[in-house]
Amino acid sequence: MKLRLILRRVAFLIMVVWAASTITFFIPRMSDRNPIRERFAELARTGGFSASDLEVIVASYSKKFGLDKPLLEQYTDYIGSIAQFDLGVSLNKFPKTVTSIIYDSLPWTISLLFVSAILSFVIGNLLGAVAAWPRSPGWLRAVATPFIMFTGVPPVLLAIFLLFFLAFKLKLFPLGQAYSTGIAPDWTFSFMLNVMWHQVLPAISMILGSVGGWVLSMRGMGITIQGEDYVNFAEHKGLDGRTIFRNYYLRNALLPQVTGFALALGSLITSGSVVESLYALPGLGSKLGEAIRANDFLVIYGIVLFITMSVATLMVLVEFLYPLLDPRIKQD
Amino acid sequence: MTTLTTTAPPIQPSRLKLFGGYLRRNKSLAYGLGILLFLILFTAIGFFQIKPKAAYPLAVKPKQPPGILDFSTPNWPGKYPMGSDFFGRDMHAVMVTGMWQTALIGVLAGAAGTMIGVVLGFTSAYFGGVFDTVIKGICQILTPIPVFMIQIIIASSLDKRDVTIFTMAWIVVMLAWMGPTLVIRSQVLSMKERQFVSVAKLSGVGNGGIIFGEILPNLLPFIAAAFVSQVFGSVFASFYLAIVGLGPLREPLLGNIIWGAQSQGAFFNGWWWWPIWPATAMVLILSALALINMGLDELANPRVRRTE
Repeated sequence: MKLRLILRRVAFLIMVVWAASTITFFIPRMSDRNPIRERFAELARTGGFSASDLEVIVASYSKKFGLDKPLLEQYTDYIGSIAQFDLGVSLNKFPKTVTSIIYDSLPWTISLLFVSAILSFVIGNLLGAVAAWPRSPGWLRAVATPFIMFTGVPPVLLAIFLLFFLAFKLKLFPLGQAYSTGIAPDWTFSFMLNVMWHQVLPAISMILGSVGGWVLSMRGMGITIQGEDYVNFAEHKGLDGRTIFRNYYLRNALLPQVTGFALALGSLITSGSVVESLYALPGLGSKLGEAIRANDFLVIYGIVLFITMSVATLMVLVEFLYPLLDPRIKQD
Repeated sequence: MTTLTTTAPPIQPSRLKLFGGYLRRNKSLAYGLGILLFLILFTAIGFFQIKPKAAYPLAVKPKQPPGILDFSTPNWPGKYPMGSDFFGRDMHAVMVTGMWQTALIGVLAGAAGTMIGVVLGFTSAYFGGVFDTVIKGICQILTPIPVFMIQIIIASSLDKRDVTIFTMAWIVVMLAWMGPTLVIRSQVLSMKERQFVSVAKLSGVGNGGIIFGEILPNLLPFIAAAFVSQVFGSVFASFYLAIVGLGPLREPLLGNIIWGAQSQGAFFNGWWWWPIWPATAMVLILSALALINMGLDELANPRVRRTE
């Protein structure tokens, strides 16, 4: 019984990845843009080789990338190479593969995402739970309100204002970059500190942008849970408020939020990639922005596909996790 | 024996008064509409103050600080009330044009997305069958895929010189119909089981009569809410595309301005007004739409309607 469910989930995941890779394959081929020709035409303008050379180069590269084969064969080759995590090579930094570009930038993206996702989840859910709990002090409830105001505002806009007030006006934080210019990256404590100092503003803008959503959904959840019989029973039994809050109220209200976490990661990756390029952090988002600027198509497609696959995988993983957290849900 | 006495009909307050009273209860709708009104006024009045050409490069003296914040400017607010950017665009003209273009994309894409959603959601819920399974399946598979990433693929396979405001709207619409489709679908599913629909069916009303006469009028609040959230999503999506450099680069779209400012290192060079105006406008637009959306939710779902 359980195995069938897992298989169904995995099949769904494969469907999602297949859909995403099919979209990234066919949409670019529907347009009349030829990335290789465009790239080399650009090089021809700056580097100065003749138009006939250009045709030869384009033809040979098209052959190398298999672009002269029929579309269906290209498609099967493409799906096959994706299955082996081969996303092609960068047209801009030629011998570099797309996979190596992703691996290089991944730590930056993961650290920013991880910190902001966890912190906003914890802060938002605690504030939301406190806001809905009738016995919590008034000032604690008031703290939640300003966060709710930021709900509709995308983190990148918050990032611009943080840059303006905290970095530009007050000069408390740097105006971007991953670490100060002039120091070499190594594993010393001072370098780590420098990196963290550069990550504060990006992380704050991501956290401010997503805490409000958690507060709202948790508050709604908390109000529902308060009416439950087991909470009333615990109260009449004379349990102290703290125990009821922690063990009866918070734990149950948190459960649906875990599913929300995976959904939130998807939007966090999107806004994170924009925030990253605003702060010029060398993560996936900045690489994506660079590739867009340089018309480096295989890098664009590779990063997009990678992000899509990771989000879909995370979502399915969380669904597996859910029955472990909530024993009432027997997977069926 | 009963005597019929005609009582004078109770005095109905005027519609305007009722609306005002409702706005006082539904604060988020009131604030949202207020911000929206301010933005519309800014744009409408602005059109009379600016020269449209000043919103494009090489029109005015570049890198001028905004005059409106500095009261010592000769004949305040001076020639450039909001300053000018590195490319020689008057920021006031840029803001007026950019807001108008952002609104245009939002409304166009919002309307198109809602329409597709209503038609697909309606047909799949009302008639069910294979069509319903297919629509639901597509929506389910597309949901875990970050839409923004696919939009990047679409926008980057277009030639940058061909991208216009309308292309932007189309790119956004292509992947934005799933939300309204699912909302309308679930509403129709619950509505077609209600008693008034069964009564209509039993009294011989045809499919068309039930759809347009019975279900659609009851769906209107949901369609309105879906439209506003669709506009919000479209403004959001086109802003994100523009801010990574996939917008119509020549146009002073708000996201494009920020992209340009960031590529030229506006903060490093001290031209802070360049990204700050479009960012402020974007915050106002998005919060107005979010507030209106929250207000409409309250209108559409009587359960969360405020009682006080």
